[in-house]
Amino acid sequence: MDSSALAVRCQNVVKTYDSGGQKVTALNGVNLDIAMGELMMLVGPSGCGKTTLISVIAGILDQDSGLCEVFGEDLRNMGGQSKLDFRAHNIGFVFQAFNLLPSLNAAENVSIPLIINGMKRTDAERKAVTVLEQVGLGARVTALPSELSGGQQQRVAIARALVHSPRLIVCDEPTSSLDHETGHNVMTLLKEVALQKDRSLVIVTHDARIFEFADRIAKMDDGHIVEVKDEN
Amino acid sequence: MNHIAIKMLMGDRGKYLGIIMGLTFASLIMTQQPAIFLGLMSRSYSFITDVGLPDIWVMDEKVQFVDDIKPLQDTELYRVRGISGVEWAMPLYKGLLKARLTDGTFQTCIVVGLDDATLIGGPPVMLEGKLEDLRRSDGVIVDIDGASEKLGKPSPTPGGKPIPIQIGDSLELNDHRAIVVGIAKVTRTFQSQPVVYTTYSRAKNYAPKERKLLSFVLVKAKPGQDLAELTRRIRATTGLAAYTREEFKTLTYEYFMKNTGIPINFGISVLLGFIVGAAIAGQTFYNFTLENLRQFGVLKAMGTSNWTLLRMILLQAVLVGTIGYGLGVGLTALFGYSMRHSILAFKFPWQLLIFSGAGVSLICVFAALLSIIKVIRLEPAIVFKG
Repeated sequence: MDSSALAVRCQNVVKTYDSGGQKVTALNGVNLDIAMGELMMLVGPSGCGKTTLISVIAGILDQDSGLCEVFGEDLRNMGGQSKLDFRAHNIGFVFQAFNLLPSLNAAENVSIPLIINGMKRTDAERKAVTVLEQVGLGARVTALPSELSGGQQQRVAIARALVHSPRLIVCDEPTSSLDHETGHNVMTLLKEVALQKDRSLVIVTHDARIFEFADRIAKMDDGHIVEVKDEN
Repeated sequence: MNHIAIKMLMGDRGKYLGIIMGLTFASLIMTQQPAIFLGLMSRSYSFITDVGLPDIWVMDEKVQFVDDIKPLQDTELYRVRGISGVEWAMPLYKGLLKARLTDGTFQTCIVVGLDDATLIGGPPVMLEGKLEDLRRSDGVIVDIDGASEKLGKPSPTPGGKPIPIQIGDSLELNDHRAIVVGIAKVTRTFQSQPVVYTTYSRAKNYAPKERKLLSFVLVKAKPGQDLAELTRRIRATTGLAAYTREEFKTLTYEYFMKNTGIPINFGISVLLGFIVGAAIAGQTFYNFTLENLRQFGVLKAMGTSNWTLLRMILLQAVLVGTIGYGLGVGLTALFGYSMRHSILAFKFPWQLLIFSGAGVSLICVFAALLSIIKVIRLEPAIVFKG
């Protein structure tokens, strides 16, 4: 694959943790490419290294060795502030537990990435309302997370991941807290609204019901990518 | 991000009120207890404050504080008057005498005898009657608190408030008749005993017969006279102790500080208040940060710098600190105001605001520091844990 068309390029990525004095190898030479405009799913049993891999890809964890380039940038060799700026501009996050700030309403939650990027609060909230309308929550912009259903909270989280137009969205188990229908709706939304030709999605999941949405599925086991299946 | 920090802080009302209450309590204890302490200590020298006119107090060199009377011979007054730089020098009697009340009970009073001619050293505020009325036969002036409480006539109903003595009522001081000719307002004394003013010559009649009865010589310096120099001259010439008003206050204050358990008792109260307040507020604030750690992790993952998170936590600490401090100080002021007519000693100078402000700031800085360390060390990958 042409490297300029790659969103993510991982080569021989190794990451070990210190757990109670013992070294635990979470990633043991991972090789993976994710193309621009691709929806890649990472699957595998618990503890196989999926979450560690997306943490490295998202630039919130440094690998011990190997190369991980995101849009051609080697995040490990980036300075602290540059890496923060890179994350703030280029990465969007969707979490299993939604991780919305409970005391902020939907619009305020969605506006956070824009505020981090230096936009004024009023402008940020105005733009957040537009994105909330895109995800079908135009009528609930002032609702607190506790006033929203699980599916609605995840849609707010998706709006928050999209609002600053990042080029890569990493999702950690985005449907595992939702029932089948809501999970399906969330994935439809992600595929329709979030996925674009200049934006890639990496989704960690156990949920086999959403595999149909993937362009490719990378199966992990014991810190390796053991299989990459093309779903198209 | 300030808006987010404030919303995070106030989002959990229970925790937010807990932190505020802890800081309010700490601030209250750190102002109210020292205010009572300062009030008590200022009472130790209240008599000196009330006698406003003289610049210098002359007394026996062994006197340690204002109530430690070691009488002088009357001739010392004339020696002091003869010293250059002295504008005038007046005698003052101060002693404890027993007053026999109308119901036959006795009450110890502070009797103050003023120079017969000038009445210098009289009460600062006359509420009823005039200071000159002391020149009337057997005339005495009684302080309002003493007149209303300890010198009051017994209530006709058991357990009721005493009936205040008034102008025209009589007392018996050491078997001598005394007629109340005025009611004055004086600052309460340390022992809160009634204060009875009379003339110097009459006070000598009331007092048990002794060779020496002159308690103090009150001195006014000539205009332009250096007070330190004059006190040195009086000491050198008479062999007596001579202090400026402020020096005598300090002597009295320091005596009480060194020789009574009051400072240590109040010090312990203030320290306990500080520790308890710090523990409650610090622990609650730290717990608040711990419970919000995931939210800080989300912000960190999204690209918020440690410096911004630090500013957010500091803002939260400053906000709760300011509110808690304001409420604590406000409650103390309210307490002082509501007790202004009671026997309770209370003094609330501006320095106390700085003291308690520094205390509350210390608690907030400490709590914020613990929280900041936790957040700075936070691994943003925490957000991927379910």
